[in-house]
Amino acid sequence: MTALSQATEVVDPVPGASSPHLPRQPDLVQLLTPEGERVEHPDYSLDISDEEMRGLYRDLVLVRRWDIEATALQRQGELGIWASLLGQEAAQVGAGRALQDGDMAFPTYREHGVAWTRGVDPLHVMGLFRGVDNGGWDPVERRFNLYTIVIGSQCLHATGYAMGVQRDGAEDAVLAFLGDGATSQGEVNEAMIFAASFSAPVVFFCQNNQYAISVPLERQTRIPLYQRAAGFGFPGVRVDGNDVLAVLAVTRAALAAAREGQGPTFIEAFTYRMGAHTTSDDPTRYRLASELEEWKLRDPIARLKAHLSRSGIADAEFFAGVDAEGDELAARIRSGTVDMPDPAPSSMFDHVYAEQTPPLAAQKAEFEAYHASFEGGEH
Amino acid sequence: MAETFTIGKALNLGLRRAMEDDAKVVLMGEDIGKLGGVFRITDGLQKDFGEDRVVDTPLAEAGILGTAVGLAMRGYRPVCEIQFDGFVFPAYNQIVTQVAKIHARSKGKLQMPIVIRIPMGGGIGAVEHHSESPEAYFAHTAGLKVVAVSNPVDAYWGIQQAIAHPDPIVFLEPKRRYWEKAEVDTAATPEPLFRSRVVRGGDDVTVLAYGPMVKTALQAAKAAEEEGRSLEVVDLRTVSPLDLDPVFESVRRTGRCVVVHEAAVTLGLGAEIAARVTETCFHSLEAPVLRVGGYDTPYPPSKLEEEYLPDLDRVLDAVDRSMEF
Repeated sequence: MTALSQATEVVDPVPGASSPHLPRQPDLVQLLTPEGERVEHPDYSLDISDEEMRGLYRDLVLVRRWDIEATALQRQGELGIWASLLGQEAAQVGAGRALQDGDMAFPTYREHGVAWTRGVDPLHVMGLFRGVDNGGWDPVERRFNLYTIVIGSQCLHATGYAMGVQRDGAEDAVLAFLGDGATSQGEVNEAMIFAASFSAPVVFFCQNNQYAISVPLERQTRIPLYQRAAGFGFPGVRVDGNDVLAVLAVTRAALAAAREGQGPTFIEAFTYRMGAHTTSDDPTRYRLASELEEWKLRDPIARLKAHLSRSGIADAEFFAGVDAEGDELAARIRSGTVDMPDPAPSSMFDHVYAEQTPPLAAQKAEFEAYHASFEGGEH
Repeated sequence: MAETFTIGKALNLGLRRAMEDDAKVVLMGEDIGKLGGVFRITDGLQKDFGEDRVVDTPLAEAGILGTAVGLAMRGYRPVCEIQFDGFVFPAYNQIVTQVAKIHARSKGKLQMPIVIRIPMGGGIGAVEHHSESPEAYFAHTAGLKVVAVSNPVDAYWGIQQAIAHPDPIVFLEPKRRYWEKAEVDTAATPEPLFRSRVVRGGDDVTVLAYGPMVKTALQAAKAAEEEGRSLEVVDLRTVSPLDLDPVFESVRRTGRCVVVHEAAVTLGLGAEIAARVTETCFHSLEAPVLRVGGYDTPYPPSKLEEEYLPDLDRVLDAVDRSMEF
């Protein structure tokens, strides 16, 4: 019995609860064991070059380095808050790298790894958590929506966007990110109903990191989450979220099906948040250290590194190079964050409307006059 | 080109014309397809424009508004029908946390040209949640604009202007007036959308109303005239942004102001208008700004709604109180 199948049995709220009335659900999809051994899956294969494999490793390491630096910056008072992705790198990089250029991704507020794969400058994400804006990237140009804080709201946006893709006759697909807690939201369920009803080309990618802040999965569901999809009438797949190869393969397949007009898929990436929900909470209050230790054995980076080493795809020089690149990235993020200027005070009045209203224009003028009354202008 | 239409027909024709003018206009809502909406406002549109442009959605208001956000991001102009005012609240989260804020959140890179059509107000003998006036909730949210039409001319042009506008607009339709008729010149140049209008001149008291209460205010003005009093009636037409310059001008002349709306008085639009008029016209006022509105109760069972809703007598009573100062 592998570590992961044990985990599946331990965490499933109702072990073996699949109904005899439902078609057989796929098991946890895995292409790389926690020990770094490459395995095959009957339904999901992955044709990937050595260079792409090294690229995935580089993504994982750099995203983790960014996350560690951001957590440190928050502790030093440079960020108001940080939502760490520690432990979820493979789920995010695997899903992000499955997207094609024309596809659109709808993140929550933790998808820094997906942002990375979409070419979003990490400093734009840092700006959001520092409080200089709500995310400075161009969502249209990056094909990566701005972060959405209200849990689950973005699933409807993704579905509506996919309905637009259908109307355009385009071959793009849409990837909506959500967490295990979000599956309890009415809007997420409405999104799945709309998506199913219109066969919209959208894939729901749920990172089941086992906790909604402090509340465990058992309080959200009494069946494995991927089995919920059957109730909406589309496929649900559970993938090892700490296996970047499996996540990439499963997400690619789901996006391809969406592109081909087969409608939505629900992917449950079975993973674990190694850090706190955000830097504001204290996970020692609600989970056991032994649980954390157990999950450390399934670390997404260590297993890919083991595979790359053993198979000779990468050598020590490559790993050292990626680490050095990580240090450079961390330094850039640090200085870029610390040096980030505050926004101009009157900028809060801008962009409330596409067409400014006279009352708001008057309020802005009053605000500017008030600030100008102080020596040196805007304070 | 002038023909006589009801407000309902004017909306239907306005929607049709907007859909003809712009292929990106998509209507979404419950029962708006084959049925043509419970008030038949979308009658015949699905037949002519197809199921992709007049979408009978699943029964889920948050779903309608949330998917409209995604469609707008993809370049479409969704027009969402909420079946009755009291049913907008399941979609309230999407409207106030997403639709209203995405333009600001994206620093203007994403526009939300979404129209949210809501038949509002009471007076039709309906059951609970079919007669409410939710305008203040939306007017209080930055990023939204709120229009409340009162007549077929504004219904015809207003819906087209709202659809063509780049910002999200809550478009309130006076459901008990859907059958009111007036002449509409479909070749005319329409008045701007976000402007109030003096609909009856007078010298003694300025009476403000919007949506279904405009007719009530005009009835009151007519009755007052028979008693020798001259009321100036202003149709606000838009409750956010408020266009109060014509109101200030009027109040400076009359020295008196009465605001009429169906919504509960406490923290309703009347409170905001009273504050603004007082700030701006303090030295011209002969009496405090008075409000006539619904009581601070849930909308009552329909056998009591005539007691709840302002009628011309309650407007005239407020006029009398104003004149007594």
